[in-house]
Amino acid sequence: MSELDEKLYTVKYTPDSESHLLPVQECCRICKSKICTIICPAGVYNWENNKLVVNYENCLECGACRIACETSALGWEYPKGNKGVTFKQG
Amino acid sequence: MKDNKTDVIVVGAGPAGIACAITIAKAGKQVVLIERGKFAGSKNVFGGAIYAQPTREIFPEFEQSAPIERKTVEHKFALLGENDGTVISYKNSPLPALRATFPEGEGRIAENVSYSVIRGKFDRWMAEEARKKGVILVEETVVRDLLLDKGYVVGVRTELEEYYADIVVLADGVNSLLAKQIGLRNDIKPEDVALSVKEVYKLPENIINERFHVSSDEGCIYEIFGGPMLGMLGLGFLYTNKDSVSIGLGVTLSELIKKGLRPYELLDKLKAHPEIAPLLKDGELLEYSAHLIPEGGYKKIPKVVGNGVMVCGDAAMLVNNMHWEGTNLAMISGKLAGETAVIALGKNDFSEHSLSRYADELEESFIIKDLRTYKDLMSGIESRVNHFLGYYPEKINSFFKMFTTTDSVPKRESYRKFIKSIFTDRKFTDLFKDAWCAIKLLWSILVK
Repeated sequence: MSELDEKLYTVKYTPDSESHLLPVQECCRICKSKICTIICPAGVYNWENNKLVVNYENCLECGACRIACETSALGWEYPKGNKGVTFKQG
Repeated sequence: MKDNKTDVIVVGAGPAGIACAITIAKAGKQVVLIERGKFAGSKNVFGGAIYAQPTREIFPEFEQSAPIERKTVEHKFALLGENDGTVISYKNSPLPALRATFPEGEGRIAENVSYSVIRGKFDRWMAEEARKKGVILVEETVVRDLLLDKGYVVGVRTELEEYYADIVVLADGVNSLLAKQIGLRNDIKPEDVALSVKEVYKLPENIINERFHVSSDEGCIYEIFGGPMLGMLGLGFLYTNKDSVSIGLGVTLSELIKKGLRPYELLDKLKAHPEIAPLLKDGELLEYSAHLIPEGGYKKIPKVVGNGVMVCGDAAMLVNNMHWEGTNLAMISGKLAGETAVIALGKNDFSEHSLSRYADELEESFIIKDLRTYKDLMSGIESRVNHFLGYYPEKINSFFKMFTTTDSVPKRESYRKFIKSIFTDRKFTDLFKDAWCAIKLLWSILVK
């Protein structure tokens, strides 16, 4: 397990079957920095095979990706009410 | 007349939302508090500590029954170099023998102290208190849209239903998609928010007592500058809880983007710093979390009032970064919004004009006054951040290193060498600009 995976392992998640994060792939292809793949504190985004892969199940729902997105094309919504992260410490 | 109608709907059961809802319920009005998490606090993250005095405004007896961790008796300011550090500490903790001479009841309650708390426990307690006062709490429900009618906000739409109310209060946190939806604010810019990551480490209570030199119900707060954040707009923090320690840091998002930094890697470096590592030794990682903290200050406060709607807490960007005040601003702004809602319900007038009483109350309170005091802080520091948060902390460390080194070199020589280095490591014009910048900042804080 990578170090980040070890951290994420301590977080309680209730994953949904569909992603609450919806990047517009055409905009991602134009994006130079792919900044979401760097600043996301949960490593949700990875650029693989000319596509942005979204491991939404790890999302900590902070919002950094939406704000950092170069093209402002990241569809960002909260997960459904009984899904997503549950912080026990916070 | 519609079904599903109440007097006020509050979106978000964080400190702002709960304070608002409880204020309205205490006045005998109907209020529904909608929370998207499984329980109040489950989507919230902070350092952190709450301030007793503002919390008492909402919960006068909270110290008797709320789940608080440790009372803060020591505040440490750490200026970390790469491997060294200078720490200044202020501690206020009378010895047990002295404590016995103060009457437990009166002396204690009057103190303006802070307590570390764990949001998962504390917010849940606050929400329960709100329920007891008559607030209807709806959990696991996301408000997706605001309902509008003739230019007034008249309710909310969740995933399942529509609820109607005379007033909707948005206490939905830093991202507030709802305030954006109705045009009260634009989306946040990267320079107006800090991305914060945090880890909580389990440590036995007695080990924490020994390591931090406190007794069981007392605690310590570290404010950390520099270290891996040297030259960056960032701040680290450490809080002691009963049997755990919270460590984290926040860096302005634009800074992280510019430098291409992964926030958790910065945190790992901070944890490995010689000043910090011994404090966390043998701790077991309980939870990792991340959150955004509003940083824009006074200039970036959105419109907080509309027809049928008010915005409070982080949703209104009400955070005083200089003093780490966000939770108390959230509570008090929630209370002020609640009071305005009660008055508006009495007059049956929910127009922006009527609700603007809330904006006026905010202006008159310490909330806006303090934010205005620090309005130039971010822009003042930003232009010279490398220097204020990099060069000077390093110079302070090298001063103490020089002062504490005995190497058979005559002292006068060491001093002169140090003073010379101030002028050679940095151009004179830059030093002058630094001083001027500091003076302007002080002026804006102290005068106008």
